[in-house]
Amino acid sequence: MSTTAAEPQYKVLIGMEIHVQLATKSKMFTGAANGFGGEPNSQVDPVILGLPGVLPVVNKRAVEMAMMVGLALNCQIASQTKWDRKSYYYPDLPKNYQISQYDQPLCGPGSIELPLSDGSTKTVRIRRAHLEEDAGKLLHEAGMTDSLVDLNRAGTPLLEIVTEPDLSSPEEARLFGEELRRICRYLGVSHGIMQQGHMRFEPNINLHIYHNGKTVKTAITEVKNLNSFRSVERACGYEIQRQLTEFFANPEAAVSQGKSTRGWDDDKGMTLLQREKEEAHDYRYFPDPDLVPLHVDSGWVNDIRSGVVELPIARRKRYQEKLGLTAKEAFSLTEEREVADLFDRAAALGAPARRLTNLFLGPAAKMANEAASAEAATVLISDLPVTDKQYAKLAELIESGGISATSAVTVFEYLVKNLDADPAEAARTLGLVQVRDQSQTEAWVMQALTGNPQAVSDYKNNPKKKQASLGFLRGAVMKASQGKADPKLVGEILEARLNALAADGA
Amino acid sequence: MADTLNETQVRHVARLSRLKLSDNDVPRLSKQISSILDYVAQLQEANVDGLEPMAHPLPLHSVMREDAISESLTVQQVLANAPGKAGAFFTVPKVLDAGMGGG
Repeated sequence: MSTTAAEPQYKVLIGMEIHVQLATKSKMFTGAANGFGGEPNSQVDPVILGLPGVLPVVNKRAVEMAMMVGLALNCQIASQTKWDRKSYYYPDLPKNYQISQYDQPLCGPGSIELPLSDGSTKTVRIRRAHLEEDAGKLLHEAGMTDSLVDLNRAGTPLLEIVTEPDLSSPEEARLFGEELRRICRYLGVSHGIMQQGHMRFEPNINLHIYHNGKTVKTAITEVKNLNSFRSVERACGYEIQRQLTEFFANPEAAVSQGKSTRGWDDDKGMTLLQREKEEAHDYRYFPDPDLVPLHVDSGWVNDIRSGVVELPIARRKRYQEKLGLTAKEAFSLTEEREVADLFDRAAALGAPARRLTNLFLGPAAKMANEAASAEAATVLISDLPVTDKQYAKLAELIESGGISATSAVTVFEYLVKNLDADPAEAARTLGLVQVRDQSQTEAWVMQALTGNPQAVSDYKNNPKKKQASLGFLRGAVMKASQGKADPKLVGEILEARLNALAADGA
Repeated sequence: MADTLNETQVRHVARLSRLKLSDNDVPRLSKQISSILDYVAQLQEANVDGLEPMAHPLPLHSVMREDAISESLTVQQVLANAPGKAGAFFTVPKVLDAGMGGG
């Protein structure tokens, strides 16, 4: 191993804390509406204000949603848990404490198989996940001496998920965040709209550097409140470089300082040390006397478990192993649950998976993208007005040779524009029913050969271009037939003709 | 006898609770709070061998509500007792140290 200073040997350790706002109807401990927007301070009741004499009562749905996520992350669900007060004085929480779970989290250790970009997976251990309530929002308007307080967000159910430091690159940190978002959306516990703060990330980063024959650990930094995947990846990347630079500038100082908290400046692309008073972390946790403990029996856990849908991880695996799709195809199809559900329904109707996949990731994805850019909004394949039955019929039509894959694209576009159209009828209307007539196909082949003498010559005389010319001429035949020719028959006749020509020319 | 909560600790706790104490308050409160703590410390003498730690004295657990929306206060009611307001917002003096942001 080389020990040049220019190429330090080090390992990156990233653990994540993620806050997920749960999409319940009402708040964590009271019936005030839980939702984004609305007039400031319009989703506030006496419990949120912390008025004297009020009592918080646990939202059962929030507990169940937290259990669903816990089960999806293979966490142990605690049989007994309780609620604690985390004291801090700040105007975003009028009670002066946040109700949280300190030493008895609802969800204990777990793990997930994180898909990586090379198609492999990596085990990421989950340390815990617990329920708590969100704080209100402070707005600092320029030119105003005071800050504005909006308590609509206060009391929103929050699930805080903490991982072990098993992520070893900025990309893995981002991928983990994205996978967790997918899981939460599949489970229906969060809409996962990042711009609205539905998920917030706090990576904890440090390095194990191999230096002068031993491994030294840099001090951990926590980057607060990142609300986009891009900022997670960039902030982690910045921190790694900063810790490396500071370590080699002053190895002793970089190791001996304690854990610190940093903020991310997205415009400058850098993290900044947040000055905090030492006592800021003296939260004086104690059990909340307003709330009784929560017991979770195995019957309840099993009920919730039976309601957990097939998750993206399992679905990708099934698509690859049972349907023979590539990792990339399986990944694309399972990105959104609605799309994967539509795919599964069409496949259940007997549609061949290969044809179905090509339809989904070909014309359907293209039209959804076009609609998305036209409307400047998210449009999923499942938002297109094409039903599972139409997909199934169209896929079978291709499989049986009724139409070519090229024509299927045109038929698909027709289906999007003509609600409830029958794919076979659409193919007839569009004149795209595949022609398998020998003499008609021969005529199209001859038309392509006479129209492309250079390609014919390349096929005959240039071995390097032989395959490319064949592909080109096959395309020319399909074009001459306006997509109606049977590709298999075209291939046979084309090669026979070309080989005859080559033999003549030789 | 040494105070259970010494003067430094009194100042620390006051600061955490955003209470302003005069220098005269501190020794007095240190004695008073210490005597309260000493009194409560008698609980330490109770024999609790073989008992599970309790998070709550009531013989109740798992009290929950269904996820249903009940009416909020009007914005006017919410702000009725506020020392400072602007439009539909509360106003507070600018605070510089970081809040929790739900963290």
